[in-house]
Amino acid sequence: MLPLKEKDRRVVQMLLSARCCPRCILRFCSVGIQATYRLSCKELFTELHKFLNGDEDKSKEVEYGQPPCKKMRLQDSEKNDSDSEQNGAVKLLSNECVLPGDEVQTCSVCLGILQDLCEMDFVKKVCGEVDSAGYHFNNLVFSVSLPPQLLVREHATWLLVKQEVGQLGNILMKDDILQLKEVYKWITHPLLSEELGVPVDGKSLFEVSVVFAHPETDGDCHFLATACRECFRPTKNKQSVFTRMAVMKALEKIKDGDFLQQFPHQLEPPKRSCVVQEIQCSHNSIYVAGLNFSSSGREDVDVRALGNGRPFAIELLNPRRASFPPKELKELQQKINSSTDKIQVRDLQMVTREAIVHMKEGEEEKTKSYSALIWTEKAITKNDIDFLQDLQDLKLDQKTPLRVLHRRPLAVRTRVIHSMRVEYIDLHHFRLYLKTQAGTYVKEFVHGDFGRTKPNLGTLLNMTTDILELDVESVDVDWPPKLDE
Amino acid sequence: MEVEEAQAQTYPSMVDRYFRRWYKTDVKGKPCEDHCILHHSNRICVITLAESHPLLQSGKEIKNISYQISANCSRLQNKVSGKSKRGGQFLTELAPLCRILCSDGEEYTIYSCIRGRLLEVNENILQDPRLLQRKPSTEGYVAVVLPKFEESKSITQGLINQEQYQDIISSRHKTTAEVAGNTDLQESQS
Repeated sequence: MLPLKEKDRRVVQMLLSARCCPRCILRFCSVGIQATYRLSCKELFTELHKFLNGDEDKSKEVEYGQPPCKKMRLQDSEKNDSDSEQNGAVKLLSNECVLPGDEVQTCSVCLGILQDLCEMDFVKKVCGEVDSAGYHFNNLVFSVSLPPQLLVREHATWLLVKQEVGQLGNILMKDDILQLKEVYKWITHPLLSEELGVPVDGKSLFEVSVVFAHPETDGDCHFLATACRECFRPTKNKQSVFTRMAVMKALEKIKDGDFLQQFPHQLEPPKRSCVVQEIQCSHNSIYVAGLNFSSSGREDVDVRALGNGRPFAIELLNPRRASFPPKELKELQQKINSSTDKIQVRDLQMVTREAIVHMKEGEEEKTKSYSALIWTEKAITKNDIDFLQDLQDLKLDQKTPLRVLHRRPLAVRTRVIHSMRVEYIDLHHFRLYLKTQAGTYVKEFVHGDFGRTKPNLGTLLNMTTDILELDVESVDVDWPPKLDE
Repeated sequence: MEVEEAQAQTYPSMVDRYFRRWYKTDVKGKPCEDHCILHHSNRICVITLAESHPLLQSGKEIKNISYQISANCSRLQNKVSGKSKRGGQFLTELAPLCRILCSDGEEYTIYSCIRGRLLEVNENILQDPRLLQRKPSTEGYVAVVLPKFEESKSITQGLINQEQYQDIISSRHKTTAEVAGNTDLQESQS
């Protein structure tokens, strides 16, 4: 027994004669019970007829897919004698099209989405594609893209049904109609789970997406362009201006009367179902982080990284495998370290995307320690450079260095040198140890970069200075977390 | 009194490490008004005065430097934004960068010498014009110009390299010496 009420009778009649599929009919009757939609179309069709004919066995067997039973038509025409308007409204929906043989007429509202395209055969086809893509996954999210003309057809059907039931004193709000996509998922999710052996989970990182298209009816949306010109501005990126978003907006804007006037009065029943344009699988990126010791990286090629090493993170795009046990990562780490002496890594581990965002933020706040070998143009004594050790939190204004200006915006950045320590070497050389704010250009502090870093070591010592060597002593960030060896 | 030893750098200076020097002599036909373009390996160019420029000869005193090159155009108003440096004034080879007035009344104009987008002019020399004369290749630079990416290779086509520049300088001295010699000769003969 279907959970239908008396007020639904007229709706069911209308939509059945319009070659609407049983599931769409249930949607228009606000049936919200998931299990109902999982019954087969055949069964639902029979139940709908039972509902219309009052009780169980009175009606003759009606086969799903055959033209609406004559009996129902007669009932219609009997009722319609006195009410010509009702007649007219029914005529607005197509009443023709008897298909040869046992072919099921494709629903004019859902274009087959809630018919064969949610049955097990189709689901098996999707799963076949998923299997051949070779991903490892414990759950999945199923996303479906429907052609925009479905919105138009739904809207048209709603207006006509609304008109019809309005005459009987009932109201049908657009929100009363169950969403096509929601019902589609009610039906397909359990089937997918069964076939793939994993649950469907909205938060899953593994996505199976299916794109449907119905080229036959792509023209259904076009009349909206004349009615609501602002919604359909062509832009460089879009192939067609009739996107779901644009169509939805236009349908919100257009007045009911205008819509019915401009929309072709007959919702042509389609010749066939939607076709599958694409079935695609993809997995969200996963991240691996660690510390590296190499001669390249964020520091320039001629700067050596000492101490703990530089933190790094790698994003793996669309991975076929998403989980790696610590043991496997350790093996990978050993493999890397033994394969070359140019680079060494440690603390290799899986991390979340949030952790990386956090790390990048941390970069701005942290400090870095350097050691530099300085050359001075004028002869110096120990006394001449000692004062540098007394400078605390020296503020610098650094214009974007010329050596990176080709790829960074021109700007002035304020940076701080927290402290310095000196080691005198000879008349023209000394070693300078600096603790700086992250993002400080140390080379430019030393040679001045054409006077574009102020103050600079040259202005502080009142002579030309240059940098001969630069070493990164440490990067003072506690990320990623140290692993036990 | 301590005698300060100034040590000549035995290794290349910052400028010579990162830049190649290109020259344009007698710019706009004005004798000896030579410019030196410092060309970075990342294609950025720094416009500077060559050591042979009149402004860098002893005895010249700079009275005033101005980036207002016409009623409507001040190089100080140049503003670039973003990585692609949008908004910078586009310069051609003979676009004036600044005007320099000396205490002896002579006026000199510094030109771009290359095509490209003006990124910045050196405001430090406005405060201290002697900087231009003391450190013409570093703190006393005039402007920074970014050539178009497509033109970055051809940018040096209108310029001469350091060797060619030295040759021109030598031949100038020779000519001057010859002229001086001839004059002496004439004088002594008459």
